[in-house]
Amino acid sequence: MKLAEKMFAIDRRWVYLALGLAVLISLKIPFSIPIPISKEARNIYNFIDTLKAGDAVHLAIDYDPSTLAELHPMTLSILKQCFEKKIKVVVTALHQNGPAMAAAALDTAAARHAARSGEQMKNGVDYVFLGYKPYPALIILGMGQNYRIPFPTDYFNVPIDSLPMMKHIQNYDDVKAILNVSGTSATDYWISYGNGRYKVPLAIGVTGVMATDYYPYWQTGQIFGILGGLKGAAEYETLVGTPGKAVQGMKVQMVAHLIIIVFIIIGNIGYFAQRKKREQSA
Amino acid sequence: MDWSTTIATTVAALLTLAVFSFLYKDNPFYKFAEHLMVGVSAGYWVIILWYTVVIPKMWQPLEAGKWYYIFPILLGILMWARLNRKWSWVSRYPLAFYIGVSTGVAIPLEMKAKIIEQLNGSVDLVTYMHSSQATGMGILNNVLILIGIMAALVYFFFSKAHTGATGGIAKFGIGVLMVGFGASFGFTVMARISLLIERLQFLLFEWLKWG
Amino acid sequence: MKRQLPLIIIFVCGIFMVFQYFIPHENSEFIYEFAALDWPPIIGVFALTLGIISLVRVSAAKISKRDEDWQYSIVTLIGLAMMIIAGLPWFGGQTSPAVKWQFDFIMRPIIATIFSLLSFFIASAAYRAFRARSVLASILLISAVIVMIRFMPLGPFTDIVSRTADWVLNVPNLAAKRAIIIGVGLGIISTALKVVLGVERSYLGRD
Repeated sequence: MKLAEKMFAIDRRWVYLALGLAVLISLKIPFSIPIPISKEARNIYNFIDTLKAGDAVHLAIDYDPSTLAELHPMTLSILKQCFEKKIKVVVTALHQNGPAMAAAALDTAAARHAARSGEQMKNGVDYVFLGYKPYPALIILGMGQNYRIPFPTDYFNVPIDSLPMMKHIQNYDDVKAILNVSGTSATDYWISYGNGRYKVPLAIGVTGVMATDYYPYWQTGQIFGILGGLKGAAEYETLVGTPGKAVQGMKVQMVAHLIIIVFIIIGNIGYFAQRKKREQSA
Repeated sequence: MDWSTTIATTVAALLTLAVFSFLYKDNPFYKFAEHLMVGVSAGYWVIILWYTVVIPKMWQPLEAGKWYYIFPILLGILMWARLNRKWSWVSRYPLAFYIGVSTGVAIPLEMKAKIIEQLNGSVDLVTYMHSSQATGMGILNNVLILIGIMAALVYFFFSKAHTGATGGIAKFGIGVLMVGFGASFGFTVMARISLLIERLQFLLFEWLKWG
Repeated sequence: MKRQLPLIIIFVCGIFMVFQYFIPHENSEFIYEFAALDWPPIIGVFALTLGIISLVRVSAAKISKRDEDWQYSIVTLIGLAMMIIAGLPWFGGQTSPAVKWQFDFIMRPIIATIFSLLSFFIASAAYRAFRARSVLASILLISAVIVMIRFMPLGPFTDIVSRTADWVLNVPNLAAKRAIIIGVGLGIISTALKVVLGVERSYLGRD
């Protein structure tokens, strides 16, 4: 009985230490776990894969460093696929802490593409970074009318009419889809206002915390794909053939999840032992 | 790696460790990092607003002779009346404009996305049952989804006391909601661990260069 | 003047936006694009700077009164000044290397690490609070565990676990979340109607 009671009262710091060590050690040990691809992720990949060179998509990067771990690998993988397929990308960042990060992601993706293929992706020609404006709901509506309403200039303060890529892009009618990678409620606005009002096909890459909330929209077809958390990111890295931080992270996830499940079991054993003791003494 | 990158990465790593030190207990290193973040983030916000709104949406249009941009600017300035207790009511005008626009736009669009489309999707579940592709398992699942939605909605319906049959259905509804919350919890664990993994990937591989 | 006019503004703007959606006439489209969509970010700048002004005010007051932990308010103000100076036009504005440096090596690691602390808290919460106390709590627990083990290689059970998790997400989870979405949707619409029609006025504050 004493052991069970002890199980009930482990100091939280031991839990922290166990989790920290588990993550640290499993990061160092070389092993991997299979990454099965879900239909939700494959749909997004297939959609982009069937686009023609020269088609455009809108990549909405709506997150900040707090959710970067899960979402950055998605952004980089989507950009890789678009660059390889010569698909033009309109990029926005509607989180106030996001623009510098989105700009860096574009630089990284362009540099990696150049290293792989020797081909330089040019801002204004192959992609456009429009940057940030406050109040995502109204900005999403504004872009649906014309990108020039909220964004007369791009992130670098260049008038967007002078960018070659934007010559034929007025509003959502001129992009094949919106891919929203988000850690905020901007996703709801994209669904209600972007897809809802302008009927533009929409797919989302969201944090694990948000993922389960969007399955009803997936069933109705309001969104045509979901990348949920690090697993979704790892699936997309696998699909585009560049396993990176997300795939590496999934093996660690497995160990960390096991540790947490063990703690749940320990907690429950302790709880039932204590309840039994209380019932006996009553 | 050149020395400037090493210094920068070391600064980032020390700040990371300062925040982690909170796990033991609150301490000056954590407080320093937290307050620094608040200041730097606010500064970043000032810069972003200046270069993405003030310059392209206020200064440049006025410079180009679009004098009517003075109206939103004046409305905006009224917001600052908040800083003075006596005049703070003046800020209600720009606020009213923003609230009016954003709530007005929400009514039809939220109705469409969150109610009509969701009900349409539910009707599709019924349509599927009569289609030629319907499988036994598919039909069973669709029936379960429909019952689940109804039951959970009954639980949210407070105009009738949750007793008798209504109580039973509402109870089943809570069960359905619990499965949903459990799934959310499972995903949330993954989300939180991801953040830790990324930080340790940074410390181990980018800072300490292990592996 | 203090209350009636704001209520009239909200009513007119709100009703205009609703009608504009259903009857997108050329003239209404013009007002929609010209004022409704273009002005809010401009007004927003002034609203958002209020937060920054009050941060400076609170920090300065804390320092001058030597409140508890006042030294950290100096850190906040230095951080604020450092970033703003780095973003001055002479240094290259928002894309200047100094802004990028502070974003990458100060903001990014601190924000990311503060949120990563949640991983420890969720582990501790799972251990201390995730108990099979009742039937409903057990349902919650089982559903969570199925979702948690769905990506693990479990030998012969891998396939069944992953299919069960898919079922949980696409059947009961879908039902639960749809009920919540419909409930939230009704809530948003009724609150919006109350605001537009002037029934809900708490956002105006007191006179």
